[in-house]
Amino acid sequence: MSSATQERATAPARRSGGFTGAAANYIDERTSISGLVKELGRKIFPDHWSFMLGEVALYSFVVIILTGTFLTFFFQASMAEVTYDGSYLPLKGIDMSAAMNSTLHISFDIRGGLLMRQVHHWAALLFIASIGLHMLRIFFTGAFRKPRELNWFIGFVLFILALGEGFTGYSLPDDLLSGNGLRIIDGLIKGLPIVGTWISYLLFGGEFPGTAIVGRLYTLHILLLPAILVAALGAHMVLLIINKHTQFAGPGKTNDNVVGVPIMPVFAAKAGGFFFIVFGVIVLIASLFTINPIWTYGPYDPSPVSAGTQPDWYIGFADGALRLVPSDWGFMIGPWTFSLNIIAPVLVLVVFIALVAFYPFIEAWITGDKREHHIADRPRNAPTRTAIGAAGVTFYAVLWGAASSDLVATHFKLSIEGVIVTLQYTLILGPIVAYLVTKRICLGLQKKDREIALHGYESGRIVRLPGGEYIEVHEQLTDYERWRLVSFDSYAPLMVRPNARGRITAAQRTRAALSNWFFEDRIAPVTATELHHSHGPEAIHGSAEPAAAELEK
Amino acid sequence: MAQHGEGVIAPEDDAVHGGTTTGTAVEVAHENAGSPGTAVVPTDGVQNPGFPPHYPRRTDVDPKKDARAERQVSILFYLSIVGSIFAVAAYIAFPILPGDPGSIRTNNLLLGLGITLGLLGIGIGAVHWAKQLMRGDESVELRHPTRGKEETRERAVEIFKLGNEESGIGRRSVIRNSLIGALVLTPIPAVALFRGLAPASDPIKPLQHTMWAKGTRLTRDPTGAPIKASDVTLGSAFHVIPEGLNDKTDLLEEKAKAAVLLMRLRPEDLHVSAGRENWNYDGIVAYSKICTHVGCPVALYEQQTHHLLCPCHQSQFDITHEAKVIFGPARRPLPQLPITVDSEGYLVARSDFHEPVGPDFWEREL
Repeated sequence: MSSATQERATAPARRSGGFTGAAANYIDERTSISGLVKELGRKIFPDHWSFMLGEVALYSFVVIILTGTFLTFFFQASMAEVTYDGSYLPLKGIDMSAAMNSTLHISFDIRGGLLMRQVHHWAALLFIASIGLHMLRIFFTGAFRKPRELNWFIGFVLFILALGEGFTGYSLPDDLLSGNGLRIIDGLIKGLPIVGTWISYLLFGGEFPGTAIVGRLYTLHILLLPAILVAALGAHMVLLIINKHTQFAGPGKTNDNVVGVPIMPVFAAKAGGFFFIVFGVIVLIASLFTINPIWTYGPYDPSPVSAGTQPDWYIGFADGALRLVPSDWGFMIGPWTFSLNIIAPVLVLVVFIALVAFYPFIEAWITGDKREHHIADRPRNAPTRTAIGAAGVTFYAVLWGAASSDLVATHFKLSIEGVIVTLQYTLILGPIVAYLVTKRICLGLQKKDREIALHGYESGRIVRLPGGEYIEVHEQLTDYERWRLVSFDSYAPLMVRPNARGRITAAQRTRAALSNWFFEDRIAPVTATELHHSHGPEAIHGSAEPAAAELEK
Repeated sequence: MAQHGEGVIAPEDDAVHGGTTTGTAVEVAHENAGSPGTAVVPTDGVQNPGFPPHYPRRTDVDPKKDARAERQVSILFYLSIVGSIFAVAAYIAFPILPGDPGSIRTNNLLLGLGITLGLLGIGIGAVHWAKQLMRGDESVELRHPTRGKEETRERAVEIFKLGNEESGIGRRSVIRNSLIGALVLTPIPAVALFRGLAPASDPIKPLQHTMWAKGTRLTRDPTGAPIKASDVTLGSAFHVIPEGLNDKTDLLEEKAKAAVLLMRLRPEDLHVSAGRENWNYDGIVAYSKICTHVGCPVALYEQQTHHLLCPCHQSQFDITHEAKVIFGPARRPLPQLPITVDSEGYLVARSDFHEPVGPDFWEREL
């Protein structure tokens, strides 16, 4: 760039004025930040309520960092034994770890300490909940398709990190409930073949519970996991900007444009405002509702446990998997113990989680679709995927429900054995039923969409024609309304064909079988010709207005 | 909008506000669209009708509504200021009084509500501002294929080639392979360091033994008071720890293995297997309290059925049948502690458990 153009570029900043202009100029001359503003300042973000789920996750994470930092100033991640001498009388004189002691100190002796603890815990729950819902939104709208498969995977990593953060944080106060949680983790690890005993021994720094685990979890909780989380979150955001946000089908919206509001000012105001709303709602909940009242549980002791013990809800699916194993699963080979009651649920969870992580790649392989997809699917328009999602949700929900099997039994006055056995069957049959029902519902909705697109919707107005025939008037959609119903991707099952060497490979067969499973039942989108004909002579029953016009001729 | 190439939206342009031209189909073809795979590409698809007409908001057409919305936004921001000040006032006015739990609740509630108002005022105000007063119509921006431009990609490939040529990493295989070997090995010392996470001793041994030994008295948890056989009435259950546990420095580690449940049944209700005939004392039996599933304390005793229930994962053990598993995920019975009485009538252990207590582990039989 010549100096003349530079002069021109900077001159307006100086003229336009005052302190802001000068400051902006100062910064730009040292950072060329104007390029970033030019690139991103008017970037378009599409609007839909479901796009805010990811935002909720992001903002609650900010809240977690803010409150968590406050908590670190007071929390002592030590298992050194102290005698409680704080202002909560029922625990006075009781021996506990410094971790528990300092958590009580934060809750009862520091003004606003309890509030910060509760904001931190509620925000963490919201963080994980919103990540889960965000993932479901992405899944059911197919927003993980090319070019976003990698970002799905990064998001998945964020989800796992969030679970890790949740569990490590939950265990820090060293109270009875979280201590039992750690006890379960210890038992779980010990049950793993070959390495289990050693991993447990190294993790706890000797025998369970030892004096090391709280300090170690603390390092993970406030340093290692957040550092990875922030890095992955950064990558997630950068890819979001590079890929641009998906949008739902709508008139004027195409795979090649983004329709929405610009970052400056509308999106910034909405998103910035939304951050304060999320923060405000979390603080409101934290000021009204108690969460994790460790003072009622008391310090950790390996001997007592309260009935109705269960983990924070987001770990529930893992705890539920442990509960659903039937008795006597396991065997010995020589001196070695294979604890299938541990190995089986761990494997089930790993497979389930791996399917979630790799689903985009599996679907991409089946469809062979290498195009970029920026229009979010309506779930009904991908019936098999939606049905798989429903099956997955059901599977997760049963595991999750199983974590409260004892409470279900006591609250509904059922036998615990009955509840468990029912859940065991539901774990297998529930997803199958959910799959079949969801697929039928999707296909039904697609048929209905097709019908409405072609023939309009029933207006409830009955008209008698001159010939004596009664018909119900169908109101036609406008082109704008119809577009949403007719614009979707549709796939045909893959035909098995020999490759260049005249062979049909096993991979090809698998792919064809999967493709058949996915796309066998297929409702094609309405074509222009069909639409044209639906308004033509054949469509007398379809629409009253053209039909009446026809008769008048 | 218009066909690509007619130049309505140039990529560098500021995003064009939509709703200006309506009813035109929008179709833009990508240069690198990629294979559609098994997708059915519509040749006869319905045309995108283009943007619907834009309807102005009430605040766009009615200056009164506009002024009202403006007022509302500023009131919300003022409310936020009120909330923040209130929060600080509450912090000062409602301190925590020692020994008064109510003061903690008040402090938590009022401080929290003040902060809530401070945050929600800003949040709702900003969103209200954006929705009612900022420009209301939608804008359009073009997407571009994510893959880099051809020349960019070519240059990237070329750079890698140059890197390869100039370093010779592809050509000089001895250097390359020795480097890979070195890189693979360097993290291993770091991994080795993690052995220090646990003491140098063997992890298996402590899992096989507990504090119980011949003659150790059974004492109450947590007081440590010894238990006389005559104290254990029919149908009662005791939470038990070994005598001397409370003086141990590694109290929790020992307790995590040595915790025991003590119950008295009618001797005829017990089904005693061979070799265990003298492990109970007149119907008094002691079983490890640590669940063989994943180690929770099996704390719930059902007096009528003589079943023990683990509250964590609902494994159930039948005490009349030597704590065998009758339901739930556990796969081994709770180990039995052989007991008898000493000369003073106090319950004592005959020995340690005859098998490891607690959850399964790989080397359990070693």
